Amino acid sequence: MIIVVAIKDINMVEFFTALSDPNLPFFRYAVIAGLLAAIPFGIIGTYVVVRRISYIAGAISHCMLGGVGLGLYLQKAVGISWFGPLQGAILVALLSAVILAFVSFFSKQREDSVIGALWSAGMAIGLLFIAKTPGYTDPMSYLFGNILLITRNDIFFVLALDILVVGIVGVFYNKLMAICFDNEFAGLRGVRTHWLYLVLLCLTALTIVLLVRIVGIVMVIALLTLPAAIAGNFARSIRQMMLLSILLCAIFVLFGLSISYQLDLPSGPVIITIAAAVYLIVSIGLKYLFGGKA
Amino acid sequence: MTEKSSAIEIHGVSFRYDERQILKDVNLTIRPYDSICVVGPNGGGKTTLIKLIIGLLSPDVGTIKIFGKRPDEAHQLIGYVPQSTQYDRQFPISVQEVVCMARIGKSFTGRYSKRDKDKTLEALDEVGLADLGDRSFSALSGGQRQRVLIARALASGGKILILDEPTANIDRESETHFFDLLRGLNERMTIVMVTHDVGFASSFFTRIACVNREVIIHPTSELTGKLIRDMYGGDLQMIRHDHSCSNKGHQHG
Repeated sequence: MIIVVAIKDINMVEFFTALSDPNLPFFRYAVIAGLLAAIPFGIIGTYVVVRRISYIAGAISHCMLGGVGLGLYLQKAVGISWFGPLQGAILVALLSAVILAFVSFFSKQREDSVIGALWSAGMAIGLLFIAKTPGYTDPMSYLFGNILLITRNDIFFVLALDILVVGIVGVFYNKLMAICFDNEFAGLRGVRTHWLYLVLLCLTALTIVLLVRIVGIVMVIALLTLPAAIAGNFARSIRQMMLLSILLCAIFVLFGLSISYQLDLPSGPVIITIAAAVYLIVSIGLKYLFGGKA
Repeated sequence: MTEKSSAIEIHGVSFRYDERQILKDVNLTIRPYDSICVVGPNGGGKTTLIKLIIGLLSPDVGTIKIFGKRPDEAHQLIGYVPQSTQYDRQFPISVQEVVCMARIGKSFTGRYSKRDKDKTLEALDEVGLADLGDRSFSALSGGQRQRVLIARALASGGKILILDEPTANIDRESETHFFDLLRGLNERMTIVMVTHDVGFASSFFTRIACVNREVIIHPTSELTGKLIRDMYGGDLQMIRHDHSCSNKGHQHG
């Protein structure tokens, strides 16, 4: 309710002033990173929604805290300066993606148990490492994210991810669509479905690492799936769904940042609240207007 | 690959899943241009038999040959039509994109050539859906979706067409069209179809394979009204079907 009342006070001019203020570089970085990040979020989010693997995405994101803790510990307690939380997060995210991929190939029944185990064991290990790391580390910024902590180097990471995701998806678009639509048939036609699924999960893992910087571990699933779920109501092809989710994601991040800046609210929850509200409105609207898919 | 050789040759095949024996000592020979209907109770091993033939599963013992090749080497010889109900109704994909999937293994990246697209259109034309290529797959009726999946199997270019419960979700009128289509295809392809709908189907198929752990072949001429009734419908009748298969002394095919 507070947000609804306060929205009247929001002034876009102020937002753009802040954007060009040389004394607020972090704000500029946040906006640039948010817009560039919308590209992998929209693309990977589409696959996560159509392949129905949002719980796998959730497990990867939560498990990542283990890597973050490991990175902090190695950096601060052991003194390995090149291995920080980001490196730890990437390592553990990729590792959990590989584990989850292999579990889905070889054990058909207990996949959800493994998802649950990775989900909470990763978090537990991360918190233990953080507890043993000298000095105070606030796990909150990892759990709930803070896009305002984004640095110049993060922007290069986002750009690299953009190129990687657009490159791989651009080349293997048809095959990735095929394994999402009908994995079994794609395999019969000679597609190496295991490899492609592994590639897809690794891309998802890297995207989630980035996503965690912006909205935090706990809210990753929302920003990954809500734009794609909304887009799915209108899109007639995977390509359309991706473009629309990228657009929606960029809008959510931009508005979320603007509102959080002006009302002095944490950015992650604001972005997610906007995305969830739009999802709800669109779903209800479509149900009443068309009685289902538009 | 002469006409004399068999299209599908199954010899002494057994398959277990965990502790359960699903299929036991199955022998089955299907000749080129045969049309075989596979019936049997749920859990009796119909789907397992199909998955063994298309190479998704491999037998514990025994051999399966598709025109003399191992199933995992024979993917190009088989056009497979899965159950249409398994698909996500929300998936944003066009009819043409679905049918194109048949050609996807031809290149490393999965890009379609002109020839792939021509084959796709040809197959869509053959099932009578040439003008629906750009439609959304999810917007089609059950019968139309079924025909799209058949088109996809045809675009694969195989000599054997294998269909899993194709009549499960289509209305009677679509079903008539469907068997007209199959009759045409049977002139150049071997057809194997899993179904519940024996009574209606028997006019088309030359032989019927009862699958319930074991496989027993009946020529359709043997199919009396009583046998059809026995094979039909719910659990109770399924048990009687089993009874009639094993105790009446049918000869193996």
